[in-house]
Formats: sequence, structure tokens, C-alpha cells
Amino acid sequence: MPQTLEKIETTPEERFLTAFRAADGTTLNGSNSRLHTLRKEAIERFEALGFPKRKAEAYKYTNIQKVLKRNYALELAPRDPHVTADDIAPFLVPDLDAHVLVLVNGRFNEALSSIGELPDGAIVTGFAEAARQHPDLVEAHVGQYADHENDVFIALNTAFTQDGAFVYVPKSTVLEKPVHIVSVVAAEEDLMLQPRYLFIAEENAQATIIQTGRAITDTHTFTNAVVESYAGRNAHLDHYEIQDEGPKSAIHLSSQGYQHEHSVVRTNAFTFSGELVRNNLRMLPDGAHCESHLYGLVLGRDGMHVDNHTVVDHAAPDCYSSELYKHLVDDDATAVFNGRVLVRQDSQRINAYQSNDSLLLSEDADIYSKPELEIYADDVECSHGATTGTLDKEAIFYLQSRGLSYAEARALLLVAFARDVLDNVKVEALEALLDTYVTARFGPQA
Amino acid sequence: MALLEVKNLHASVEDTNILKGVDLTIDGGQVHAIMGPNGSGKSTLASVLAGREEYEVSEGSVHYLGEDLLELEPDERALEGIFLAFQYPVELPGVSMMNFLKQAINSKREHQGQEEIKAADFMKLMRERAELVSLDPKLMRRSVNEGFSGGEKKRNEIFQLAMLEPKLAILDETDSGLDIDALRVVADGVNKLRAEDRGFLIITHYQRLLDYIVPDVVHVMVDGKIVKTGGKDLAIELEEKGYDWIRGEAVPA
Ligand SMILES: Nc1ncnc2c1ncn2[C@@H]1O[C@H](COP(=O)(O)OP(=O)(O)O)[C@@H](O)[C@H]1O
Ligand SMILES: [Mg+2]
Repeated sequence: MPQTLEKIETTPEERFLTAFRAADGTTLNGSNSRLHTLRKEAIERFEALGFPKRKAEAYKYTNIQKVLKRNYALELAPRDPHVTADDIAPFLVPDLDAHVLVLVNGRFNEALSSIGELPDGAIVTGFAEAARQHPDLVEAHVGQYADHENDVFIALNTAFTQDGAFVYVPKSTVLEKPVHIVSVVAAEEDLMLQPRYLFIAEENAQATIIQTGRAITDTHTFTNAVVESYAGRNAHLDHYEIQDEGPKSAIHLSSQGYQHEHSVVRTNAFTFSGELVRNNLRMLPDGAHCESHLYGLVLGRDGMHVDNHTVVDHAAPDCYSSELYKHLVDDDATAVFNGRVLVRQDSQRINAYQSNDSLLLSEDADIYSKPELEIYADDVECSHGATTGTLDKEAIFYLQSRGLSYAEARALLLVAFARDVLDNVKVEALEALLDTYVTARFGPQA
Repeated sequence: MALLEVKNLHASVEDTNILKGVDLTIDGGQVHAIMGPNGSGKSTLASVLAGREEYEVSEGSVHYLGEDLLELEPDERALEGIFLAFQYPVELPGVSMMNFLKQAINSKREHQGQEEIKAADFMKLMRERAELVSLDPKLMRRSVNEGFSGGEKKRNEIFQLAMLEPKLAILDETDSGLDIDALRVVADGVNKLRAEDRGFLIITHYQRLLDYIVPDVVHVMVDGKIVKTGGKDLAIELEEKGYDWIRGEAVPA
């Protein structure tokens, strides 16, 4: 019998606290003592912090309470939902040779995964498995970058997480093939998942990680995920997140990246479906000469609500960051973008660029966009730009006058709008897939 | 049958009458020029012929190869063989020239019941037609018109014309902004594209272009009407005497 959040007349916080107490000592022991200690700290912080209230500035446009209210099963004990290789097949990237790790309802499923051969010392496995097999590595990093002290969703995840994925690339090692983490939701009832991801690229290491989230069932789900990533000195880490779990999925993703000097990190967030998606992305370039690139593409339709809050915290001098988020918002969908760039006092010679462009495709579509530059150093070059527009009629006419139908012209322009984000997808097979997806999404109706 | 037959065409935009009774007949193989002062309605006529949606036709008719042109969507007109070289070509960031041309060519081929063009044939055609207007083939790898110079944009229009091989080509002030060398290149390109079954409607403010593309018929448009029609000498006369001369003739004081 799965543990389910009680339907009681109480605060949403109390329901989680009750569930925690009930499971403490059994399923929430964790696979490792450090994790267990963290859980205890985290649940206390969770209780003290509480969920964001309606008027909380950071959640002003995103009513997260709405999706917290449901009576989700918590999935604290392993179950065996019937998922086959055939179910997974459509979620793989065609022509992509990758280390494939499959998570079913947030749990590592070894039978469905095909991780293949890895360079010496590299590890790609489930998070719980990593905590058992490589406790030193996990303990050195887990909870170091994601702040469970001050962030209620990270605290909640830390208290409840059961599994997730772990990637470790040792010093001067290159993962030639990307790691593809395929997350599949297969639920018979409303379900809450709290997967944990830890990605470590040590000094001079290089890795590409692709995460795709899909569902094969149709219940309400709420995924409160935490990604911690660490890029050592001169490491290169590329991360792709493709969120497409269907119209009944809600996602709260806290993705926190730490960078040592001379490291280069690229993050790419694609949101294609979801009732409510909130991404908190925070990069901390903490050594000189880092590069951080943040890209995002949101395709909103039907009532979707997608909120990207990003922070680049320039804690060290001589770094470069660039950010480009694009929103294509249709129907009565809503997109929110808040891009904060913080340049601390001693972080001189920072170049930080941010741009955020939105196309509203319907009168009921909304975008709330807010750049926040907070600059305490004096020798910096920062810029931001935000544009919001509608489809250019003259451009449509130009294309029609060359023989393209209205629908073809529209599709071409919408894909073109997304083009500079797609162009930054460095994995060719993934770019082709995303390109096809975006084209099909806007393509002429047959 | 005439290629294009415009009769008593009245058109307005945002409730302002701009065309006030235009009559014009173009036969296949002919080059017609329309000259006239700024604001006289030349681009409006081009827009109405190409099907720009904000223009409202309140009176008159347009027949193209005997069919009612005004019934057709802009893309249907293009597929039937009408081509407009824009006065202000549109920049399309993110739409590659290559992709754009391929879609345009294949739309036309599909309409004509032909299969998609083969990659090699397409490349060959593209190179050949780009050369016609000395368009740098490197531009094919860029986004449509993005970062093109003024001259490159105009040559790109004629290049597209050459790719799509229309039956009726309308050139709206393709000469404006071109220096004399670029003008010669464009005019040469157009001259090479003159054909028995192709008509041209060349809109220009200046006579100079018509030194190079010698028209069969010259019309003068003033205040939404064609007020004078003649041979190629009319253009020269107009250049000498200025538009006031025509205005004086058309609207006696
Ligand atoms: N889209 C439009 N909206 C409002 N007025 C327009 C529009 N297009 C043209 N006009 C007006 O119509 C008149 C004719 O313009 P146009 O056809 O561009 O002349 P030409 O090409 O001969 O210079 C001008 O007075 C112009 O201001
Ligand atoms: Mg004009």
C-alpha cells in the first residue's frame, strides 16, 4: 500500500510532516547515514520555511499551492510499475549513441537502462545505488550546492528523496557519448516524485547530460526534483533538460550548478508540456574565467503555466555569462521569466549578457518577464534585453508571396524564432529531434 | 488572352482611397513600366496584385490569365505565377535562404504536380541563378535578407524571381538605393529573364532603370490613377519635364 498524503483539513506542510514521521525509520532511512542526517536537517528546515505563500515575491505569478493540494501517493517504497522496453523506445533520441539510464517514477531501472561501457573511473548509475556504492563521492557533494537551508522545495526533496541519477566523470576524463537520463512516469493514481540528481565533472573532465521527462499514463503528477552539478577546474559540462510529461504534470525543478575556475557550463531547458512548470536554475561561477551559458525554450499552449527563474551569481572575477530564453506562448498559456544576474563586489571584469524574447500567438497568452541585474562591482559589462511581440504579418506575407501557405509560413517563422536556442544544442541527434519536434508542433495541420 | 487585365480598380487602406480607377492590360512577353511621384499609389497597386491583406478593393476587377485574381490568397497567386519583388524586402532571422528557397520551389513543383527537387539539381539551379545577378553564393547559408546590404537585398529579390520563374513579375522600385553598377547588374539579370510567356510590371520613380530595361509601354500614375500611357519615349520626356508637367496636364488648373 503506497503512502499517500492525507486528506486532512490542515496545512500542506503538515501533511508532509505527518508523512515524514510515519515513514521515518523505514523507507526514509536512506541508503547512507550522511543522507539520513541530511534528511533530518532538511525536514526541520522545511517545517521552519514553509511553502511560499500566495503573496511571496518569488512565486507572485505562479500559484504553486494549486498543485500542492492534491492527494498524491508519495512513492516511498519501491513498486514495480509495468514498463517495458517498448514503452521506453519512443523516448529515446533517434540516432543518438548514448549511455542510457532509465528512471521509472524516479527510480533507477537497471533492466531498462543500457549504460554501456564507460571510461575508467566514470560512473553512471542510480542515485541510491551511488550512495551505497560510492558513499565518499556522494557525501562530498550532495547538499553542497542545493541549499536545503533556505529553499523549501530543496529541503522537501532532501527529506523525501528516494532515488534519481548519478554521473561522475573523474579528472581529465572525457565522456565521448552523452548520458541520456530517460525519466518515465507510470502512475495509476496521482503521484508525487522527488528525484535527486548529482552530476560531477572533476577537473578537466567533460560530459554531456541529457534529461528527458515523459509520461506513459495520465494521472496528476507532481515532481519536485533537485539537480546538483559540479564542474571542477577547466571542466566542461553540458546539460539538457527536456520537460514533456503531458498536460497533467507539474514540475518544480531546482537546478543548482557550481563552477570552479576556467570551467564551462551550458544549460538548456526545453519545456514542451505541463500543467505547471517552475524551474529554479542557479549557477554559481565561483572561480575566475568561468563561462556559463543558459538557454531556454518554452512552447506554451492550452493553459500551461511555465515559470523560469534563473540566477547567475558571479562570485568571482573575469567570468562570462550569457543567457537566452525564448517563449512561444499560444492559447491561454502563461510564461514567466525572471532572470537575475548578481555581480558581487569583488567580481571585476565580468561580462554578463541576458536576453529574453517572447512571441504571443494568441490574445489570451501571457508573458511576465523581468530581468534583475544586481551589480556591486564597477568594472563590468552587463546587458539585458527583453522583447515581446506577435507574429510579423509582413514576414508572413513575404513568405506567402513566394508560394508558402499561411500555415507553412507561420511554422517556418516560429521555428526560426526558436532557431538560436536550437542552434546551441551541440548534440546533433538531439538538435535534429528538437527541430523536428518544434516544426511538427507548429507545422501545417494536415 | 491578356496576362493581366485590371479594370477600373479602386482600392483603399484603413478607409483611405488610394487607387481611384486603374486600368491596365499586360500581354505575355511585354514589359510595362509604371512611373509616378511618391505616394501616387504604385506600391499599393503592386500590393493589391500580390494580395496583401490590409488592402481593400472596393470597385473594379483584376483578371489574370482570364481568372479572377482577387479571389486568390497570396500564396495561391504565387503558385499561379505571380511574383512581387518587394520594395522593402523582409528580413527573416532564423530562416535560412536555402531552406526558404527549397520550400518555395517545392511548393511550386507540388502545385504543378512535380516531385520535390533533387538536392543536386537544387544546388545547381541556385548557383546558376545567383550568378545571373552576381549574388554571392555564401549568402545562401545566411538567414533570408538578414544583414544583407541594400543592394544585396534587391539582387536577392531578382534572384528569387529567377528561381521561381513566374509568368508575371512585378518589380517595386527595385532600382531605388542601387548605385549605377548594381543597377546594371540587376537590369542585365531582368533582361535575361525576359521571355515570350513572361510579363513584367516595373515600378520605378526614375527613368534611369528604363535605359537598361527597355519597356514596351510606359504608364504614369498620379493620385491613384494612370493619367498617361505611351511608349518608352514617355519615360524620357517625363525625366526631362518632371512630374509637374503631367500633373498640369492631368489636372487642368
Ligand atoms: N498600409 C498603409 N496604411 C496607410 N496608408 C498607406 C498604406 N500604404 C500606403 N498608404 C498611403 O497610400 C498612398 C500611396 O502609397 P504608395 O502606394 O506606397 O505610393 P507609391 O508607391 O507610389 O510611393 C500614400 O499616401 C501612402 O501614405
Ligand atoms: Mg512605393
